[in-house]
Amino acid sequence: MSFHPNEIARRGRFVSAALAVLFVLLLGAFFRTQIVENSRYALQSEENRLREVPLPAPRGIIYDRHNEVLAENVPGYSVSILSPSADSLRASLQRLAAIIPLSDDAIDVSVRRYRRAPYRPTVVLSDASFDVVSVLEERRIEFPGLIIQSAPKRYYPDGPAVASFMGYVGEITESELAAPQYRGYKTGQQVGKGGLEKEYEDSLRGTEGVRFVEVDARGRVVREAGARQDLLPKPGPPLQTNIDLELQKYMASLFADSLQGGAIALDPRTGGVLALYSAPSFDPNKFIGGIPQDLWKSLNDDPHHPLYNKVIQGRYPPGSTWKLATAAIALESGIATLDDRMPEPCTGGFQFGNRYFKCWNHKGHGDLTLAQAIEQSCDVYFYQLGLKVGLTRLVAGGIRFGGRDRSGIDLPDESRPLFPYADAEEYYDRKYGKRGWSQAVLLNLAIGQGENAQTVANMARFYTALATDGTESRPEIARHKPDRTRVFTLNEDQLAGLRAALAGVVASGTARSAQIQGTVLAGKTGSAQNSQDRTRDHAWFVGFAPADDPKIVVAVLIEFGGHGARAARIASQIIQSYLKVAPTQHINTEG
Amino acid sequence: MTSRRVVVDVPLVITALLLSAYGIAMVYSAGQTDVPTSATHAWASQIRWLIFGLAGAYAVSRASVRFFEWAALPVYLMSLALLALLLVIGTGAGTAASHKSWIGIGGIRLGQPSELAKVTVVLMLARVLAARREPPKSLLDLWQPALVAFLPWLLIMMQPDLGTGLVFIGIFFSMLYWSGVPFPLLVLVASPAVSLILAFNTSLWGAWFLLLLALVLWYKPFMLEGVGLMLANVVMGVVAPVLWERMAPYQRHRLLVFLDPSIDPRRSGWHVIQSQVAIGSGGWLGKGFLMGTQKRLAFLPEQHTDFIFAVLGEELGFIGVTVALMLFLFLLLRAVRVAERANDSFSSLVAMGLASSWLVHIIVNVGMTLNLMPITGIPLPFFSYGGSFMLACWLAIGLLSRISSEGRGARVGELAI
Repeated sequence: MSFHPNEIARRGRFVSAALAVLFVLLLGAFFRTQIVENSRYALQSEENRLREVPLPAPRGIIYDRHNEVLAENVPGYSVSILSPSADSLRASLQRLAAIIPLSDDAIDVSVRRYRRAPYRPTVVLSDASFDVVSVLEERRIEFPGLIIQSAPKRYYPDGPAVASFMGYVGEITESELAAPQYRGYKTGQQVGKGGLEKEYEDSLRGTEGVRFVEVDARGRVVREAGARQDLLPKPGPPLQTNIDLELQKYMASLFADSLQGGAIALDPRTGGVLALYSAPSFDPNKFIGGIPQDLWKSLNDDPHHPLYNKVIQGRYPPGSTWKLATAAIALESGIATLDDRMPEPCTGGFQFGNRYFKCWNHKGHGDLTLAQAIEQSCDVYFYQLGLKVGLTRLVAGGIRFGGRDRSGIDLPDESRPLFPYADAEEYYDRKYGKRGWSQAVLLNLAIGQGENAQTVANMARFYTALATDGTESRPEIARHKPDRTRVFTLNEDQLAGLRAALAGVVASGTARSAQIQGTVLAGKTGSAQNSQDRTRDHAWFVGFAPADDPKIVVAVLIEFGGHGARAARIASQIIQSYLKVAPTQHINTEG
Repeated sequence: MTSRRVVVDVPLVITALLLSAYGIAMVYSAGQTDVPTSATHAWASQIRWLIFGLAGAYAVSRASVRFFEWAALPVYLMSLALLALLLVIGTGAGTAASHKSWIGIGGIRLGQPSELAKVTVVLMLARVLAARREPPKSLLDLWQPALVAFLPWLLIMMQPDLGTGLVFIGIFFSMLYWSGVPFPLLVLVASPAVSLILAFNTSLWGAWFLLLLALVLWYKPFMLEGVGLMLANVVMGVVAPVLWERMAPYQRHRLLVFLDPSIDPRRSGWHVIQSQVAIGSGGWLGKGFLMGTQKRLAFLPEQHTDFIFAVLGEELGFIGVTVALMLFLFLLLRAVRVAERANDSFSSLVAMGLASSWLVHIIVNVGMTLNLMPITGIPLPFFSYGGSFMLACWLAIGLLSRISSEGRGARVGELAI
């Protein structure tokens, strides 16, 4: 071999230089990984070791107008598990089932939850009793990854009384998770279902906090606290409402157990909802922490449909309460004044073409002015008035008064009223065929029957315009700034005249039994024919008081309640309670 | 210089001691986990092996280099015999669980014969190369050293142990270079292996072939050799896909995962992904000694053996990595210096062979933690937990120290014991 010293030195220099270059390259690779890409790897290493345990935020407390609590939070516990795999979760749950009540179905549900979000703790019990929690705390060591934490639990002190507008909270469902408005929500979180809880979910929910738990490579919990600074939850801000809890409870008591229907009380000056009740009701407290299957089934199968909101979802022909709309349209367009009489006096019915249209009072009302016709709710008068106004104007007016629009109350799932659209001829052509209908539809429309079905809330909204200067506000449960829109273009005299006529209804007309001492109640009864039961009409009353300066508008509907006077008496009691005045006569007299 | 005087290459030994101390500290840290592992007490055993190693190094440094030259052939033959025996009775361990690389009696593992083979191949190659007056100038001249390296390499590849095989290749080429074999000839020798790898891409292989042709025409080996070489390249290109088919599935998988760890992030790719995360999350100063979360929570596999450098990167950061690599570089440069100043060609070749063995270990092991090298499971000198390797490294230090003391300029920095 060549071992001349010069040769060796040359090769030695080359080898040394090559070594130096190699190590510098290696250092460069470390520099890139450790310094240049440090943030990426640091994040990945944190994600490796930390699991986020959500700390639920207390929901915003809901108050009535006098700061009485409608919805609050009470201490509760949730039990969840961090698991490395679905199989391990199932095994843990099966062992858990031996010491706490946990059905096979519940285990399946939990495993499904786990598959959706394996890195979040899987909720096993969202509302665990104190007994269960103490059993688990004792044997915690046997269940690594078990997380027991206090979870504020929703409580409604007057549950059944406020259920109609309150809704409830429950765990978010898979279909809700897929919906765009629930973006950012995660499996296992509580979410408002129905009512105010749903409507104001964004604000009520607050901000969830996070506790960091350290896990090893197999997902087993190594350290429960101190792995990183916890992020504390932020409670949802309180929600102030226009509800008057005392009135609400009173309203609920009036419906007792037997009556089926709904009522709403509005402050006509602001549109604020003072009370809203749909009967029969249910106790939303029983829904918290998961609705028991049998309860859900019995509520759904109940023939009185407690889960169906009769104030904002139920649609009923408005009947005679709509006569005010007909009258207002006639006054607005100058077709009639409050003193005008119709060509034919009421003899108990009206012959139109080959059909005879009856008045509710088969004895007949005789010759009446418009004001008197409102008081007596004379059908014959309104048949003729409807014919005078004409189909196009009658339908256009109804639409203008909001007959096709939702009231806009701040509750989810409100139904849209049914009413012909503006091109009324085409509407009827489509509905009955080109020659399938006649001007007789006008007669029905004029007295609030026919192609017209309104919600209780929407009728109340319409009457707030009558009760004020012809403007209305959107009915609102949560306090907002009133924003008034004009409904009627009637002048002061015309409005005053209508109100006087409505006062007459109670003073001497169809709602005499609902009189109130010390104040003047104004309103309109209605008896709406319905297809389910031909013999028993739905009973309506929409009214306000005091008639000269209305402070409350009430709409009451009693399903199959018979005559509107029955609804009027309930409305009258609601108003008395609110205005703190006494009834003039016993409310249980016939009328 | 009397025969009673034994001298120590102080910089070399101090560097090795620093590396060993650093390594044992990391082995200790690797045992400190939140999840109990078998590595918890590894550090104590590692200290015991270091003490053995120091004693062994002292013993080796007392022996003359001539003794090793004389012993080269018998120990070489013995290690060949052991490697062959291993194929029959060998057992696996650790990451290399599927390799038959351990030899044991009555269930007690005695050690890895391949560690011994690394040293004996260095000695034998040095002896064969040193015996020549002229460095090999043609391919035919290379048959002797080639055979010396090829036999153990073949036996090791049959275990199969790709990593150790790489070490033998590194030793072979660097010792040929040191003995004065011209660089172009080395390229020609290596060319069939390159063909084997490039055969998976036809155009790449074509380019390589043309380059080689130019080299052959320029270097002008014997006609027969040139033709044979080109033929060998063609054959390699053709058999590559066949070899690929015949590879053990886990080996094929390892190669594929090396090319793209994300194809199997849960299993094979897991090691290297987690190793990169550990090192990358270290930053400048690391998470602190004993504080590496990747290590503590068992995200890092084989943290006390193959991936010990990832623990270092995570806990001590870029600074710690730089210190370790600089110590290694210094060790290697010092070994090269020993080779340069050695008294005779045998000693010089031995020094170079030992240095190149370390170099391959360092590059492959450290490169593996950053996915620059495939996962082959070869340890990091002075760092990775493992008794026989620690011992082997210190015996090498002893030998180098001896060569250094016999060489020129030994008086500089020498210390009489």
